[in-house]
Amino acid sequence: MATKTGIPAAPPVAKAARTLSKDEVLRYSRHLIMPEVGMEGQLKLKQAKVLCIGTGGLGAPLGLYLAAAGVGRIGLVDFDSVDYTNLQRQILFGTSDVGRPKIEAASARLRNLNPEIQVDQFETRLTSENALDILRDYDIIVDGTDNFPTRYLVNDACVLLGKPNVYGSIFRFEGQITVFGYPGGPCYRCLYPEPPPPGLVPSCAEGGVLGVLPGIVGTIQAAETLKLIIGIGEALVGRLLLLDALAMKFRELRLRKNPECPVCGEHPTVTKLIDYAEFCGIRGEEAPMSETSVPEITPRELKSRLGI
Amino acid sequence: MAVKVIIPTPLRAYADKQESVEVQAATVGEALSALTNKFGELKKHLYSDDGRLRSFVNVYVNDEDIRYLQKDQTNLREGDTISIVPSIAGGTRNLN
Repeated sequence: MATKTGIPAAPPVAKAARTLSKDEVLRYSRHLIMPEVGMEGQLKLKQAKVLCIGTGGLGAPLGLYLAAAGVGRIGLVDFDSVDYTNLQRQILFGTSDVGRPKIEAASARLRNLNPEIQVDQFETRLTSENALDILRDYDIIVDGTDNFPTRYLVNDACVLLGKPNVYGSIFRFEGQITVFGYPGGPCYRCLYPEPPPPGLVPSCAEGGVLGVLPGIVGTIQAAETLKLIIGIGEALVGRLLLLDALAMKFRELRLRKNPECPVCGEHPTVTKLIDYAEFCGIRGEEAPMSETSVPEITPRELKSRLGI
Repeated sequence: MAVKVIIPTPLRAYADKQESVEVQAATVGEALSALTNKFGELKKHLYSDDGRLRSFVNVYVNDEDIRYLQKDQTNLREGDTISIVPSIAGGTRNLN
């Protein structure tokens, strides 16, 4: 069993994944009685390794459902602390978690939900320097970030490593979901070769988001992840699912692999990770949008600025 | 012919808060022109200064991307639906 705290979680002694314990048989009984999952599918879930990038609005329902379903190893990447304004939608956290590192609160919640699984903690920003090393150990990557530089970073790293990237994105009442980086399928750059220049597209912090929207989108990401692991159904590959929660309409658009894509095309020009802040036209500290208009500083930053 | 243009949430503020607009047009280019003539503010969000469709905005006729049809020359039929689909990045707070 993974430790309750401790960063990063050291890989524990590998559990025998060829069988389920009596407790697990009981826990997963509603899966086991379905022919589409059954013992074979449940063992695939137990052997699966999924990395969730972000433990916020999208990562919360995603992490909860993956843990509940018995995904054997779940990696979490986040460097943020729980903020009071997060509680409107980030259902992994409670009021008593405010101020606590998200990664710590999220891991504790998932381990409490399912002590049978391993939760790996990466309390760090995902960067061009660490992304490949962090992603490498996982079978499936789920993108629950909120900014363009990290989206392109996750995409490129997934393409370079040949890993599926379960993508979800939200704005106010609108969501986009698809699976990128699947063998033969399109990637994020096939859809959007370049990011918007800063300031032209409002962020969630500026535009707001209906609290339940990331819940809907994150659970669809979870469903796609579970399907990919078990190998059932029709994966959301080559299809962009659009949700308008105000009209409560889902639409589906065709996504094609772009032969001229700079990352996954026939003649790729991006063969290693680049500077994504620069690619997105963002310079240094101007990048992050605060959720409030008041300038913020973390205690750690203040400490380093004061040189104490 | 009459076609429907679906306006995505981030751009509705520049289109009188409407979720869709009906325009008369024979091609995608004409439809988008009709739209930006009606809502001038939309223009800079859809087109760059050199008049090209922005690379983070995709346009679909029904479920097909116009990049794989005849781009803005793509012919329209009565009742077609045009979707403007810009990239959105929302999720958790910034992680980069």
